[in-house]
Amino acid sequence: MAAFTLDPHFQSPIRKQQMSSSFPNDSVGLVEPQSLKFDKALALVCGKVLEKYELVYETYGDLNATQSNAVLICHALSGDHHAAGFHQPDDKKPGWWDSCIGPGKPIDTNRFFVVSLNNLGGCNGSTGPNHLNPDTGELYGPDFPIVTVQDWVESQSRLADALNIKKWAAVVGGSLGGMQALRWSLDYPDRVGHAVMIASTPKLTAQNIAFNEIARKAITSDPEFYEGHYYRHQTVPTKGLMLARMIGHITYLSDESMGEKFGRDTKSQAFNFGYGVEFEVESYLNYQGKRFSQTFDANTYLLMTRALDYFDPAADFGGSLEDALAHAKCSFLVVSFSTDWRFSPERSELLVEAMVKAKKNVAYAEIDAPHGHDAFLIPTPRYMAIFSSYMDRIANEVEKSES
Amino acid sequence: MRADLGLIEPWIERDTNVLDLGCGDGTLLAYLQKKKSVQGYGLEIGEEEINECVRKGVNVIEHDLDEQDLTRFADKQFDTVIMTQALQAVRRPDQLLDDMLRLGRQGIVTFPNFGHWSCRQYLLFKGRMPVSKTLPYYWYNTPNIHLCTFKDFEALCEQKNIRIVNRTVVNFAYETSQMALRWPNLFAEMAIYRIVNNGESQNV
Repeated sequence: MAAFTLDPHFQSPIRKQQMSSSFPNDSVGLVEPQSLKFDKALALVCGKVLEKYELVYETYGDLNATQSNAVLICHALSGDHHAAGFHQPDDKKPGWWDSCIGPGKPIDTNRFFVVSLNNLGGCNGSTGPNHLNPDTGELYGPDFPIVTVQDWVESQSRLADALNIKKWAAVVGGSLGGMQALRWSLDYPDRVGHAVMIASTPKLTAQNIAFNEIARKAITSDPEFYEGHYYRHQTVPTKGLMLARMIGHITYLSDESMGEKFGRDTKSQAFNFGYGVEFEVESYLNYQGKRFSQTFDANTYLLMTRALDYFDPAADFGGSLEDALAHAKCSFLVVSFSTDWRFSPERSELLVEAMVKAKKNVAYAEIDAPHGHDAFLIPTPRYMAIFSSYMDRIANEVEKSES
Repeated sequence: MRADLGLIEPWIERDTNVLDLGCGDGTLLAYLQKKKSVQGYGLEIGEEEINECVRKGVNVIEHDLDEQDLTRFADKQFDTVIMTQALQAVRRPDQLLDDMLRLGRQGIVTFPNFGHWSCRQYLLFKGRMPVSKTLPYYWYNTPNIHLCTFKDFEALCEQKNIRIVNRTVVNFAYETSQMALRWPNLFAEMAIYRIVNNGESQNV
């Protein structure tokens, strides 16, 4: 499932069936999710403990003999483990970051062994609110503990242990994924060679948190929400989740990209002078919201937005990002996008300035792209060039130390 | 090897922090990283140049010297701040000089000398703004909006209470000559200055 993309297949609610029998040359092709069960209890930042949990993940490419070419992909709010390739030969769309992962792509699967997982609290296979709570025999629902970025990194480190990966060549993520990459560099400095943070931020602004709160309020005020126990009532807070997604989606796009795609185009030639869907942009948002509400879990949405809100690694160091970064040993690539107003270039620049003060290696580029926050999923030429150059350098380092 | 690298290198101490304003494709920083194991950062605006820095493994930060100020960096955050062949192309070279010595303990600046005899001759005999192989622009399209002579630069340094520690005068091939050493403002095409703040700067 695409994380935030402006769906290129969107035409109208009735879409043409596109059957793809063979995959493009730069695709990782058919992939199969795998799963690992963990029995060692995970103490969470919130104070609660997950006794057991399961992580679902996918891998692309081959791990080299010295396990030095592994790259971890961290997903954003609505992403999951399916980052690249296809699950079925007739899948219409590949994984959410297929634009960047595959043979010859920036994260070149001919050179890297790529691991992509569904985070704890997710709703696509890894243990989360829609899983069975062993204590009650019921689905967790709202009783699933709130997990933070730090908890995700801890769970990911155990996945790395299980896969026999001592050190990631790189931890890579966009948006909330970039926060995980940053947290990795602080919590496990010896296990990260490079951290790549794209369209990310060291912490949310009040405006960001406000958007999240509106999204949460949309969900929790839906009568079908039942304080998170909607599974018990065999229902889903569709309207609330749809509204949350519609709000979120607007913030992932830009005025420019929405204007370009929809402008003021209307569904019919004349106005109907009513409150039904009149404009194309309304139709699009409704379509996106509806589709999302059918595939995503409301409790997971709440949890993910909270993880975003809470993220602030500098808080443990008296608010000094520079002091927090003193622990990092990796090199960083930071990329922002000119029209991203959710996590604006200024947010990335704060990070970069702290990295320079902490004397860390960092490269920073602000890509001029019209797509807003979504730009991190869209393979624009300059973005791909910088990303490829950086990953290429990492692959060269890995291959040099191998030989 | 770019000829100016060898001229700048002796002024950089090992294992120090270097900021290169307008670092281009990162050649200088890559060289200093290798030769003097400096922790270097470059500010650059050119897309191709930034990509080349990334390829070389040079720390490069996208930054527009005309549009963004340098308050993002702290006082004396760097040991050396370098600016090669960019002073004449920025909007406010005087303020940038202040910034260089605010951010760094020492500054290294290179720029073309507009007082070179060929420029003077061009203006004197043709009565038009000089155009040459090394300054191949016309007055209306040149990126070099603040060309100056050595004397101009040194006057500005004096006004700002900036001390010139070293000055190397060369031609555009970075070679020096007896004539250039004797009458630099007339016969040298370029200079490399090493500057420090002389006590409190007296900004006017």
